[in-house]
Amino acid sequence: MTTQQNERAVKAVLGTKLGMTQTWDENGRLVPVTVVQVGSNVVTQVRTQDADGYSAVQLAFGQIDPRKVTQPLKGHFEKAGVTPRRHVAEVRTPDAAEYQLGQELTAEVFDAGQLVDVVGTTKGKGTAGVMKRHGFKGVSASHGSHRNHRKPGSIGGASTPSRVFKGLRMAGRMGHDRQTTQNLTVYKVDADKGLLLVKGAVPGPKGGVVLVRTAAKSAVKEA
Amino acid sequence: MHTLDSVDAASLRSDVPEFRAGDTLKVNVKVVEGNRSRVQAFQGVVIARQGGGVRETFTVRKISFGVGVERTFPVHSPQIDTIEVLTRGDVRRAKLYYLRKLRGKKAKIKEKRETTPSK
Repeated sequence: MTTQQNERAVKAVLGTKLGMTQTWDENGRLVPVTVVQVGSNVVTQVRTQDADGYSAVQLAFGQIDPRKVTQPLKGHFEKAGVTPRRHVAEVRTPDAAEYQLGQELTAEVFDAGQLVDVVGTTKGKGTAGVMKRHGFKGVSASHGSHRNHRKPGSIGGASTPSRVFKGLRMAGRMGHDRQTTQNLTVYKVDADKGLLLVKGAVPGPKGGVVLVRTAAKSAVKEA
Repeated sequence: MHTLDSVDAASLRSDVPEFRAGDTLKVNVKVVEGNRSRVQAFQGVVIARQGGGVRETFTVRKISFGVGVERTFPVHSPQIDTIEVLTRGDVRRAKLYYLRKLRGKKAKIKEKRETTPSK
């Protein structure tokens, strides 16, 4: 199915977004960066072709109160020989067999200059109108418009089809969706503090959990 | 104390002199031409200083060949070689945008008379 994607080894780490700041590169150019705190991740499960039908690694990250861990999860972490973590994510990679249970991963899995994809959950916007949610143009500010400046306008026909089509874009809940931002550059890796500086913006609020992984669509230069 | 202060600390410069709006500065800017770099001076009045921390900037205004020229620099930019404070201005505002409408003698800023702190 995804043979082409599976050819390349995928590295990934979970982290929390600390926020954005700026710095200057060696040419004196301003670089906007997002700081992702990685700390350490542990491998909690290794999926293999024989046992599971696909190869992947399961990563866990973040502190959790031991009392909050359910019995099934407690057993799962015990099996890997690690203390329970807050967040778990699985990453499909062909070289999963090279990982061991309980192995620690840090920000150092990435090098500066590498292209990465960052997966996160976008900021929730609550109930939003069509202009904000779908980019509708709204209605003219003048020329006889009355109290309908941000309305969507017509949503369909009358007696034919005498219904509103499914999937029609309307107002509603916006944000808090999983989103992947592709091909961001790793600007710097701070191994001492466990920080990853990614050039550009990353989905989600400050403190949100993000998955940083090797870019899926970057032009293969290293091959 | 903000979360990213420790990250920003690496980009901050410690050699920035104290100055405010109204002061006349000579900003020595590094200019790269091809593969050699030289220093070019931009001299004028500071009309604004905004932001804080690593993203603080200041705006310098000068009249060049009868045309007003404004340039905004990040305070901590590595493009700046040095900043020299030439005069201290006596002004009552933090932002001197009113200078844009004035020309000639009216656009002149009084120099601050140095007062010795009384003890």
